[in-house]
Amino acid sequence: MKQIALNRLDELFAAISARQTLLIPQQLENGDAEFRPWSAEAKLYTGLKTSRSAKDAFFPQVENLVGFKVSEQGIELMDTRDEVQPFTLFGVRGCDARSFDILDRVFLAEPVDTFYADRRAAATVVTLACNRPETTCFCQSFGIDPSRPAGDVTCWMDAENLYWQPNTDKGRALTEALSLLEEGEEARAKRVEEDIQAVLKRLPLKDLSLDHVGAGKTKALFDRPEWAELSEACLGCGACTFVCPTCQCYDIEEFKSGGSVRRFRCWDSCMYSDFTLMSAGQPRPTQTERFRQRFMHKLVYYPDNQDGLFSCVGCGRCLVKCPIHMNIVKVINALKEGTA
Amino acid sequence: MQGVKQKALELLTGGKADRVLGWRRGETFYDPTPGVFASAEEVERDFVFDAFCGANLSKYLIALDRAEGVTAVFLKPCDSYSLVQLIKEHRIHREKVYIVGVACEGMCGYDALMKAGIEGVLSFEEEGDALKVHTLYGDTVIARKDALLSKCEHCKSKRIVTYDELLGEQGDEVADSGRFDEVARLEKMTPEDRFAFWQNELSRCIRCNACRNVCPACSCEKCVFDNPDSGIRNKAAADSFEENMFHIIRAFHVASRCTDCGECTRVCPQRIPLHLLNRKFIKDINELYGEYQAGADFDTRPALLNFQTGDCEPSIVHVRGGERA
Repeated sequence: MKQIALNRLDELFAAISARQTLLIPQQLENGDAEFRPWSAEAKLYTGLKTSRSAKDAFFPQVENLVGFKVSEQGIELMDTRDEVQPFTLFGVRGCDARSFDILDRVFLAEPVDTFYADRRAAATVVTLACNRPETTCFCQSFGIDPSRPAGDVTCWMDAENLYWQPNTDKGRALTEALSLLEEGEEARAKRVEEDIQAVLKRLPLKDLSLDHVGAGKTKALFDRPEWAELSEACLGCGACTFVCPTCQCYDIEEFKSGGSVRRFRCWDSCMYSDFTLMSAGQPRPTQTERFRQRFMHKLVYYPDNQDGLFSCVGCGRCLVKCPIHMNIVKVINALKEGTA
Repeated sequence: MQGVKQKALELLTGGKADRVLGWRRGETFYDPTPGVFASAEEVERDFVFDAFCGANLSKYLIALDRAEGVTAVFLKPCDSYSLVQLIKEHRIHREKVYIVGVACEGMCGYDALMKAGIEGVLSFEEEGDALKVHTLYGDTVIARKDALLSKCEHCKSKRIVTYDELLGEQGDEVADSGRFDEVARLEKMTPEDRFAFWQNELSRCIRCNACRNVCPACSCEKCVFDNPDSGIRNKAAADSFEENMFHIIRAFHVASRCTDCGECTRVCPQRIPLHLLNRKFIKDINELYGEYQAGADFDTRPALLNFQTGDCEPSIVHVRGGERA
């Protein structure tokens, strides 16, 4: 283990940045935080979570796929792919780190999504233990340990130091390039871990039960009457899907200007009335069906296809951001009540 | 506010309403969800009304208007403006709604607590003008005025425009709400600075459409931006022009019908101050066509739907004609 004093964090970031692009959570003027490229003026956001999830680094909201130029001679294809350079993503929380595994199983399965794969291969992920978990956190329910988050490097912070534990070859390579890191005091990192563990035991959502959802539960849950009441106030906006670290659906659209066409993909939301619209019409005609799709996907269909793994990481963003405060915790609990 | 749940029970058991539109309790402290209650048992089990019931219920009444019988609804003063505006637009029949007006001292939000540095809230108690807050990291007290939703920071009116009965005292319009101060500050900026301000704000938009979907003035059955046949549908902005245009077009569309309920800003997951666009329109309308408050009465016509020959031209208004220009 390594460590560095907090008052030397800027030196650490400068050293990483000299090697490759570095993204860290930074506070915006309105108080929210986002992952942004480090610069000399940048300050690390020490609050819990970024407003949007860290998935943006691998799966941006809008991304060019290909361009076409149309002329009398025919159609010319243009390579519009952004060149991907190696980068370090620092300050990722345990929930977001798990979301990368969940996205990997979708985008890196055959046929591999090379846009996503290039960025994943280029990234070194440095995670940070959550000193102050929130009311809305429930990652423990999905077997995530926010006191020791997975990543190429795992970090802990106390009042004086950042503790730095490389876990993978990428993490070790980054560590070796950072000569300013000092020998770390494992006992102190351990103490941070234990303090976090103590808070986790008191979180209000810690006892979320998942036995009644998961792989193989489609028939038991699909026609449950609770869906109607759960979805009655849903506005059909996409806030939950767009702040979600595991939502992965996208649409492919085209931007046409004069003789050229830019084909891009952009996030799509199962909450939208034109999601998976077909020539035969909308397969999920009401908001109740769209709402059910979102939660069945996370809690049943994805686990069905991925060895029982849930595609929720308990980050709590949808709990905070939903305009009407409907969320996956309420859905899980309501479906349980009717199971008995 | 005491007595709201009791009133919901009374309305259902007394036969004054076939259903009640109110709030279902959440999992923790900040998260009640709007809900329709059809039975007293359901009310007993799930109904809640507290400082975190900030959502404006008026728009749900468009869909409930098609249900049999009468829907009772609890409306705070600002919500009542939205309902009246929707009734004026013939989206809701007045006789299908039983309105219980609820006096309001401003509603609270999770964001405001976080902004005040209060983390890990587990529960709260309302004590006069303060909230006593229990958190994972100790107990604390915050003045209610410091825990308000953004939309409550410059409350325009404590008056409940229309109601069948009232819980608490009827109030008045707030003369010195200061709600146009921020707009005036933006107006004083140079065009370049103002452009930079809005570009910075709107560049965070993720096109989740929460602002549009919650907006009582956005009541089209099918929005052009969702319609694949419209030619202008866009799920994500292809460039910064589209990004800006979505919000500006929306503000134009609701101009003079927007009551300034502030729900757009309350629900924005990216905390874009969208209400400032609407307030700019309201301020301009007040200055160009005379003071006008959408939803304040049943009789007047919204300024932009009420052409008169003496009106100034609605384009470069300060330069071109019209008696008020």
